[in-house]
Order: sequence, then C-alpha cells, then structure tokens
Amino acid sequence: MSKETLKKIALPLLVFLFIIQFWSGISKMVEDFPTPSDTYIAAFGGINVDGDEITGVLANPFYINNQDDKGIFWQIVASLKRVFAGFALAIIVGVPIGLFVGMSKNAQYALDPFIQIFKPVSPLAWLPLLLFIFQDINMTAISTIFITSIWPIIINTALGVKSVSEDYMNVAKVLRFSPLERIIQIILPVSVPYIFTGMRLSLGIAWLVIVAAEMLTGGIGIGFWIWDEYNNLNYNNIIIGIILVGLIGYLLDLIMGKIADYFDYTKKGRA
Amino acid sequence: MSKKFLSLENIEKRFPIHAKDDYIAVTDVNLEIKKNEIVSIIGHSGCGKSTLLNMISGLDAQTNGDILLENREIIGPGPERAVVFQNHSLLPWLSVYQNIEMAVKKVMPELSPQELRERVEKFISMVNLEHAKDKLPDEISGGMKQRVGIARALAIKPKVLLMDEPFGALDSLTRANLQEHLMRIQQNIQNTVIIITHDIDEAVLLSDRVIMMTNGPAATIGEVLEVNLQRPRNRVELQNNPEYIRCREAILSFLYEKFAKEDE
Repeated sequence: MSKETLKKIALPLLVFLFIIQFWSGISKMVEDFPTPSDTYIAAFGGINVDGDEITGVLANPFYINNQDDKGIFWQIVASLKRVFAGFALAIIVGVPIGLFVGMSKNAQYALDPFIQIFKPVSPLAWLPLLLFIFQDINMTAISTIFITSIWPIIINTALGVKSVSEDYMNVAKVLRFSPLERIIQIILPVSVPYIFTGMRLSLGIAWLVIVAAEMLTGGIGIGFWIWDEYNNLNYNNIIIGIILVGLIGYLLDLIMGKIADYFDYTKKGRA
Repeated sequence: MSKKFLSLENIEKRFPIHAKDDYIAVTDVNLEIKKNEIVSIIGHSGCGKSTLLNMISGLDAQTNGDILLENREIIGPGPERAVVFQNHSLLPWLSVYQNIEMAVKKVMPELSPQELRERVEKFISMVNLEHAKDKLPDEISGGMKQRVGIARALAIKPKVLLMDEPFGALDSLTRANLQEHLMRIQQNIQNTVIIITHDIDEAVLLSDRVIMMTNGPAATIGEVLEVNLQRPRNRVELQNNPEYIRCREAILSFLYEKFAKEDE
C-alpha cells in the first residue's frame, strides 16, 4: 500500500474518532441525547440501555406492517421516487429553456431577471403555495423539487450554449446546417458537459428539498420518517436518518458524476 | 483562358464604430480570379485580408460591391466555397473520419453508404492520414489537424477553396510539409484556391498570382504579381531561380518599403 493510500484511509479514520468523541461529549451534556453506542444498537439491533432486545432500523429495512408503518428501505424508495420525478421534470423543461436562453439574446433579456429572482427562493417558501394548489402530498413534493431544481439546469445549459465557439458555428454555416442540425450536431455536444454539471447541482438540491418537503407534508418518505421519529422521541433514529440522507446524497452525486463523464467528449479517448 | 470565374467588383467593407462615421476596413477592391488558379493575398496584419476572405466565403457581408461566382451573386456562406480555417475548426467530439463524413453527408445526401465511405476514405488517404482516421482531433498534431481540415474542405467538392492563414499557427518545418501536401493535391485535383498569408515564401511557392494589400484603414489592392514558375515546384531548387528571387524581392519591397508598417 502506498503512503498516499494509507493517508487517505488513516486521516478520515482519525477525524471519525474525533467525531465520536465529540458526540459522546454532547450526549453527556444534553439529557436524553443518544450516545454513539445507543445509536449503533438502534441501527443494527442488540440490547439497548433499558435492557430491551431491539431489531434495529437497518437490520430489518424491508418490513411492511401496514400502510403507515414500513421499513426504512420503503421510506427511502418513496423519497427517491419523488426526487426522480421532480428531477426528470426539471430536465425535460429546463434543458429546452436553457437552449433557448443560450441561443437567443432576446430570450436571455426576457427571462434572466425572473431566473435570478426565483433561483434563491427557498423550497420551504414554495411549499405552502404548492400544497394549496395541489392538495396532494406527492404532487406537492414533486412540484417543489421541480421548481427549486430547474434553475441550475437552465443556467448551466445556457452557459453551455454560449460556450460554443464561433469557429464551430462557421463550419455549420459553410455546410448550411439547418437550425435543428446546428442544435443536434454542434450545440448539444458542446453543451452536454455543462448540462450535466447543472443536472448534478440540481439533483443535489432535489435531495436537500425532499427531506424538508416530506417533514411538512407527512405520509411516507425519509424526511417524514425523521420527523416522525422526533415525535416518537426516538432520537437515535434521527441521527441514523441524517447519516442515511448524507450517504444517499453522496451516492447520487457519485453516480451523476460518472454519467456526466461518460457523455463528456473532453474526457473520452484518453483513458 | 480569361473566362470569368470569381470576380470581386468595387468591394467595400465598413464597420460602424460611432453613430456618425464608420471605420472603412477595405475599399475599392476589384479582382478577377480564373478557374483553377491559385491566388494568395498578402499584407500586414490589419490590412483587411481576412475580412476580404470572409466576404468571399459569405461569413461576413460586404457593405458595397458585388462578388460573383460563375456570374452568380454570392449571398451567405455555402459549401461551394469551402473554408480551411486557421485554427482547423474540427469538431473535437468527432474522429477524423467522422469530421469529414459529417461534411460529405450534409453536402452530398444522395450518396449511398458505400459511396459515402469511399469518398471519405479517398480524401483521408489524399492527406496520408489513414493511420489516424479513428483518432480524435485532440490526439493528433497541429499539422495533422490542418490536413484533416483541408481534406474536409476538399471532400465537399468546392468550386473555390478558401484558406485563411491555413499554416500560420504551425512551426516552419510542419508548414513546409503542409505546403508540399497542398501542391501535390493541387496537381491531382485542379482547384481554384485563395490563400490568405503573411509569409512571403509561402505566397511565391504556392501561387500563380500574389495580391498585395495596402495597409488599413481603407486598405485596397496595391499590386498584383504574376508568378511565372513551372509546376511542380521544388522549394530547394527555387532558391536560386531568378524568377523566384524577382517575385520575393517584389513582395519584400512592397511590404517593407512602399507600405512598411510601424510597430504599434
């Protein structure tokens, strides 16, 4: 093992130990705050501090007792479904708008102020309005994700279109490409890496939004689950929830990154 | 012989800078180019030679005057006036083969898949790039990229080949190599070629006529030089050829005595 690899393993391990220490410190100071070992048992099962035998959230993730009581796996699946629905909608609508804004100065002048104004609006601000419109948990969560994650896609797609060099457009002009041929043969290949950067940012936002949205809308989903565990005084599970949300978010970003690399012509042919 | 092929009549190009007066880049340009003639346009930077080429290619529109190709007015860019750009302008996500294929497919949609492949391969071998046909532009040298650019331009069977300082960005050995390629190709397929250059040796070596531009603003054609040298030409033998020396001196004196340019 090289020295570099050793460092990459040892240094995070040191930080991990420090976090565990810090966490133990907090649980000594705050009454009822779960200790690391409590949390471990709550996650993987064992005998808890009260002497009761418990199964653990992660040890039995697939159970379905009834419509309102399902294992953590189903909570996550429910959240992911909403995230991907909202995200897919944001791509379908956002990419064409981005192409339009990037290709037309007039479109840019017309739309840019509104993009800039809506972009920083928190999902929590949209939520009541959308809940009022749809009166439905799923539709509200999906539309909140859509409206907050569409902006990076529009902005980055437009940026990609603007990065198309004049030289490539000159080639297209000499060959008398139609507008559609210009988009397909020149503009899209250049913009794809930018579009994927936008999609990556957008998916990150979508995953952030879902937790907050589900806390407010209720029903099923990882966000609701965390809130529900708070109401049930299962503080262990809140921490498990946080770690899970972080891990899944990281995984989503990793996958998006791989897909982006695959479509990025600048990263092809030099493996 | 003097059949009208490409003619420029009273060409003028103005760029608006203020509300009132325009910047006159090029004015009063009259030029006739014969079929299969190789003409180079030489001048100091800023003399509007690239502007002139852009107007012939149609990428830029002249303010006044007419450009006629086979007695038809040129409006906008088109594949019958193929351009070899200085920075090659290959699409970096397409291989050498695909770059040429894309152009041929668009300009000659009537070709069968078999004919298309044969045509693309013919032009790849014309510039000796069979070994690199599946490489991406970023994986080949600058000189090779420019050869692909030439192959792409020739493959769409243009009436005029326009070259905008085609070898300007290359080192002198590679440049010489590409000049040889161009002369060899021209021996095989006769073409009308206009080359923008600032290299005197290149102009004399390649051209039948050298058009010398005065300095801008309001640049125009200063002198036209006929190069009466037999083809094929050999750059080494030419070094002591009286005609070659006469042509070089004529251009030198035009550029550095009559229209010397101060460094800005």
